[in-house]
Amino acid sequence: MGIAVLLKQVPDTTAKISVSSGMVDEKSVSKWSISPYDEYALECAIQLKESGYGEVVAITCGPERASKALTEAASVGADSLVHVHVDVFMDSVQVQSLLAAAIRKSESEIVLCGKQAADTNSGSTGPGVASLLGYSFVGVVSEISVEEGGFSATRLGPSGMEEINVSAPCVFTFDKGEVELRRPNVRGIMMAKKKPIETLSSDDLGVDLSVSTLKVESHESPPEKPPGQKFDGADSVPAVVEKLRDEANVV
Amino acid sequence: MQVTVISESSGGSLHPVTAQLVGAISRMGSNPTVLCPGGVGAAEASTISGVAKVVSVEGDCFETYDCIAWAKALAPIAAADLLVASASSVGRELTSSIAAIRGIPVLQDATGLVDGFSVTRPIYSGKAIEKSTITPPFAITLRANSFEAAAGGSSAEVSTVNQSEDVSVSVKQALERAGERLDVSEADIIISGGRGMGDPSNFSHLYDVADIIGAAVGASRAAVDTWDDIPHSMQVGQTGKTVTPNLYIAVGISGAIQHLAGMRTSKYIVAINKDSEAPIFGVADYGIVATWEEALPILKDELASLISN
Repeated sequence: MGIAVLLKQVPDTTAKISVSSGMVDEKSVSKWSISPYDEYALECAIQLKESGYGEVVAITCGPERASKALTEAASVGADSLVHVHVDVFMDSVQVQSLLAAAIRKSESEIVLCGKQAADTNSGSTGPGVASLLGYSFVGVVSEISVEEGGFSATRLGPSGMEEINVSAPCVFTFDKGEVELRRPNVRGIMMAKKKPIETLSSDDLGVDLSVSTLKVESHESPPEKPPGQKFDGADSVPAVVEKLRDEANVV
Repeated sequence: MQVTVISESSGGSLHPVTAQLVGAISRMGSNPTVLCPGGVGAAEASTISGVAKVVSVEGDCFETYDCIAWAKALAPIAAADLLVASASSVGRELTSSIAAIRGIPVLQDATGLVDGFSVTRPIYSGKAIEKSTITPPFAITLRANSFEAAAGGSSAEVSTVNQSEDVSVSVKQALERAGERLDVSEADIIISGGRGMGDPSNFSHLYDVADIIGAAVGASRAAVDTWDDIPHSMQVGQTGKTVTPNLYIAVGISGAIQHLAGMRTSKYIVAINKDSEAPIFGVADYGIVATWEEALPILKDELASLISN
């Protein structure tokens, strides 16, 4: 039984996002990284592998630059790498269809990804992929352990943290947990550079990307806030509290 | 156009966001059908003005939350041109799952909706705003507190549909919350600490202030990553929670770009930092250049005397 981890390459959360001629300017992004929640999914995948569960295939869907996310995954222990190479706009169900097809091809029964990506902040991929594959689904997970006949997981449910049981095949989406993320060592980085990447196209996977009922019209920067009032020293606290009461009416 | 709204529940009753979903749809001239998973809040949903009818969807699978089972049970009755739900984590999961079953796209976390087809939503945790057009059939989730709620006092017809699916996720036990503290995502006032607090034990000074004004205590990513005692559930920012309280007080937080992304849309922001050049002052309505050791005791006393008057 294999483990698939779905990774999205996004602008690093420390990167500035600038808009030029009505669209986010990707060329101005200073650093691209694996989306933070996906990193927790990757860590869990490697831990499952270490506990003898199976091999890890890292899958990404995106343009040329996205293959770097796969090499990073290999440097911490992913066994095989699949790049679904797409340069055109995709809506949620198109992304899910591509990933579901790639997972099916890899014969993975456990699928891990972040609860949402740090660029679109959507969170559609995990549950959508599970539905297309006919797998079980558990979202917003912070911990997984292998138990007889399946898995035990801690998730944020509708009324708080819960411990649940589920068996394979299943898709899990990850929250940031207490777990420490491993960093690659030099040997890992060197080996990862030599690891082959299987590249698949939408045609290979039989998904039509020519039409979508979603059209992104424009991006814009959020409205700038007018400059606030600045005070010097703790002596000014009473004046600020007064303003919170009289100007802002919030206390 | 046919519109189906999936109601949101909380603690066994209807969540107020449901009336906001109906309000958003009514304003574009449609009367939605409201589906209540497990029948929760069906009677209350029927009183929301603008609702065409309420369908209480009842079945064993709704006793605990299993996204796939719920989605399979709801999908046959959620066949409208436009499917709408709350952008909560359950709302997002369910809508994604139903949309995938129907083979239609979903757009999450909309904060603006005009005529049903023009959608505004924040991306990159609010570092940019995206405008899109959609052509039904389509699914969409709406952010809480972004749309005016429809009024009550109406009485739509309620029907019951029995529909269940096999459950594959079993809930073993509810885990105790870390404390009975108010969560940052539900608070009107938040006071957050950063690494400038020096030591996690100093967060007690933030709790002292929070207790007086009924605030939740949050933290920056730097604080959460540095100190094990500060849990991730407190983290405000791009990899934590995005919050929009009426008042956000940032103490000893320099204002890294990913923290600002999570709190910049707060109505009023107060920053307390000893470094007058800290980026947090760029988004603060009221900036106080001082150490927390000096400022917090005064803040506590001032707020206490304000509340007691």
